Amino acid sequence: MTPLLVVLGVPAGAAIVLAFISQWRLAAWLNVAASAATFAAAATLFVAERPEPGHLLLVDDFNIYLIALTAFVALTTAVFSASYIAHEVRRRRLTPRLLRFYHAMYQAFIGSMLMALSADNLGLMWVAVEGATLSTALMVSLYRTPAAIEAAWKYFILCGVGIALALFGTMLMYLAAQPALGEGMAAVTWSTLMAHAADFDPALLNVAFVFLLVGYGTKVGLAPFHAWLPDAHAEGPTPISAVLSGLLLNVALYAVLRFKMLLAANPQALAPGPLMIGMGLLSLSLAALMLYRRRDIKRLFAYSSIEHMGIAAFAFGMGGPLANFAGLLHMTMHSLVKAAIFFTVGHVSQVKGTQRIADISGLTTSHPALGWSLVAGVVAIAGLPPFGVFTSEFLVVSSTFARQPLLALPVAVGLLVGFGALLLRLHQLAFGPPSPNARVGGRTVPTLSLLPIWLHLALALVAGIYLPAPLVAWFQSVARLLG
Amino acid sequence: MTDLAFDVAHLLGALVLTLSFALLYQRRLTTAINVVAMQAATLAAAAAWQAVTRDSPHLFATAAIALIFKAAAVPLLLHWLIRRLNISGTVEPVFGVTLTMGLGVGITGLAILLVLPITAGETLLLREDLAFALAVTLIGPLLMIARRNAVIQVVGFMSMENGLILAAVGVKGMPLVVEASVAFSVMIATFIFGVFFFHIRERFDSLDVSRLEEMQGERHG
Repeated sequence: MTPLLVVLGVPAGAAIVLAFISQWRLAAWLNVAASAATFAAAATLFVAERPEPGHLLLVDDFNIYLIALTAFVALTTAVFSASYIAHEVRRRRLTPRLLRFYHAMYQAFIGSMLMALSADNLGLMWVAVEGATLSTALMVSLYRTPAAIEAAWKYFILCGVGIALALFGTMLMYLAAQPALGEGMAAVTWSTLMAHAADFDPALLNVAFVFLLVGYGTKVGLAPFHAWLPDAHAEGPTPISAVLSGLLLNVALYAVLRFKMLLAANPQALAPGPLMIGMGLLSLSLAALMLYRRRDIKRLFAYSSIEHMGIAAFAFGMGGPLANFAGLLHMTMHSLVKAAIFFTVGHVSQVKGTQRIADISGLTTSHPALGWSLVAGVVAIAGLPPFGVFTSEFLVVSSTFARQPLLALPVAVGLLVGFGALLLRLHQLAFGPPSPNARVGGRTVPTLSLLPIWLHLALALVAGIYLPAPLVAWFQSVARLLG
Repeated sequence: MTDLAFDVAHLLGALVLTLSFALLYQRRLTTAINVVAMQAATLAAAAAWQAVTRDSPHLFATAAIALIFKAAAVPLLLHWLIRRLNISGTVEPVFGVTLTMGLGVGITGLAILLVLPITAGETLLLREDLAFALAVTLIGPLLMIARRNAVIQVVGFMSMENGLILAAVGVKGMPLVVEASVAFSVMIATFIFGVFFFHIRERFDSLDVSRLEEMQGERHG
C-alpha cells in the first residue's frame, strides 16, 4: 500500500469511526491520533516512490509540500482542539452530541483537502473542494447562534456559486483540451494536460481560466468575492478558523495555480498575471483598510488572512522565479503563523469570555504565556523580522520593485497600513491594565495547548533566520514549474 | 447528426432557458418550486435525448438523477418544508420584475456573445447548447440576488446547477458528468438540510435573509 493511500484513507476511516463515538474526551484524542497517523504517512511521501501519474492521484514537487503542511497543521490543530473543546463543554456551549458531529466533520474536512491536493484529475479535485466546503459550512454553524447560522448560510451560498462557476470553467478546460487529447479522461488529467498545454485552443483556455479564477478565487477569499470569509472565521469554533485560514485558503489557491500553469505553458493564451495581480492588490488594500474598523478579535485576523492571500496572489501574478518563490514561502509562513494566532485567540476569548477587542486588555499581565505568544504571533504576521513572513514579504516587494517599481508602491503602502492596524490593536490587547477574566476557567491555560502555538512560531522564526539549502532548492524548482 | 436529432436537442435546450426566465418573475414560493421542477424534468429529457442520439448510455444515469431527485424528490421536500415551517406564500423581489428580466436578457446576450466566438471549431449544437447553458448558469445567481429568501436561493442554486448539467451533457465525451450531478445533488440536499436544521424560521419568524442581516447591527464589528 502506498503512503498516499494511507494519507487519504486515515481521515476517511477516522471520520466514520468518530461519527459513532459519543465519549467526547476519547473522540478528541482519537482525532489527534488519526491526525498524527496522517502526518506520519504524509512525511514518508518525501522518501517513498511516487505513484505513476494518470491514475487519479498525483504526487509531484508542487503538491507534496502542501500535503505535508496540511497534515502538519491538521495535527497541531487537533491538539489545540482537544483543549479548546474541553473548555467549551465546561462553559456548556457545546454538547457531546454536537461534538460527535464536529470530530467526524473535522476528519472529513482534512481528508477532502488532502484529496484536492493529491488529485490528478480536475473532476476529482472539484468534488474534493466541494466536500471541503460542505463539511466546513456545517461546522461554522456549530454554535447555533443567529450570527453563526447567518455566517454558515452566507458561506454556503457564496461558495456554492463559486464552486458552480469553477465547474463551468472545468468544462471549458476540457473543451479546450479535447481536440489535442481526444475524448475521455486524458483531457481532465493534470499530468497529460501539463504535457500538451501548448496545443490547446487559447481562446477557450482564457475564458476557462476566468471562470476558474472567479470560482476557486471565491474560496481563496480574494476581493471582491471575500464576503463569506470574515463571518465564517468569526462565528465558527476557533480550531475551524485556524484550519480555514491556515489550510483551506491554500488549497483553493493551489487549484488556481495549477490552472495558471496550464496557461503559462501555452504561448498564445492570455497572460494570467495581470488578473491575479489586480485581485491580489484589491484584496490587500481593501483588507488593510478594513483592519482598522474591526471590533471582534477573530474578525480582525480573518481580514488579515484576506490581506495575506492577496499578497500571495499578487506574487504569483507577478510570476518569475523570485516572485513565485516568495509566494510559495508566503503561503507556508502564513499557514503556520495564522494558525498559531488563531490558537492563541481561541484561548484568549476563552479566558476572557469575550471576542470583543474593547473588553480585552493587559493580556501580558494577566496571562503572561498567552499574552506574549499573541505578541509574538502578531509581530510575525505584521511582517516584522526575524520571522519568516518578513522574508517572504520583503522578497515580494523587492522583486516587484526591480521589475515594476510602480506596482511595488501600492503593495508597500498596503503592507504598512495593515501593519499599523495590527500593532494598534495588539497594544490594546496585550498591554495596559488587565481586563477581568471569565467566570468559568478564566485563570489558566494548560501548557499542552500552548505547545502547538510555540511550535508554529518557532518554525516561522527558524525560516526567517535560516532557510535550509535543500528547502530553498526545492522551492526554487517549484517556482520554475509555476512559470 | 440528423436534422430531427438536432432540432429536438435545440428545442429542449431553449426550453430550459425559457424556464429560467419564468423563474425570474415568480412571486409565489410554491410556483417557483414547480417551475424549477419543470426545468429539471426538461433537463432530464435533454440528457436522455443526447443519450439516445449519441449512443452514450451513461447519460441515462444523469437523466435519471435529474428526473428522480431534482424534478420529484427535492421539490416535494421543499413543499413539505414551507408547509412545515409555515412560510407565507409570496416573496417581494429586491428590485422590480422589469429590471430583473432586463438583466436576464442582458446575461443571455452576453453568454451568446462570449460562447459563440470561442467555440468556432465545435459543432453547432454544442455551441448553442453551451450558450444556453451559460445563460441559465448565470441567471441562477441573479435570482439568488434578486430575492432574499432562503428557499428561493435554494431554487436559484438548483437552476444554476441545471444549466451546468445541460452544458455537461452537450459536451461530447465529457467524463464525470454523472459524478458531477451526484456531487451537486449532495450539495442541494445539504442546503435543504441546512434550512431545516438551522430552523431559520423559528428564530427569525421568516426565511427572509435580509432579516438575518439585521443581526449584524448587534454584532461586534
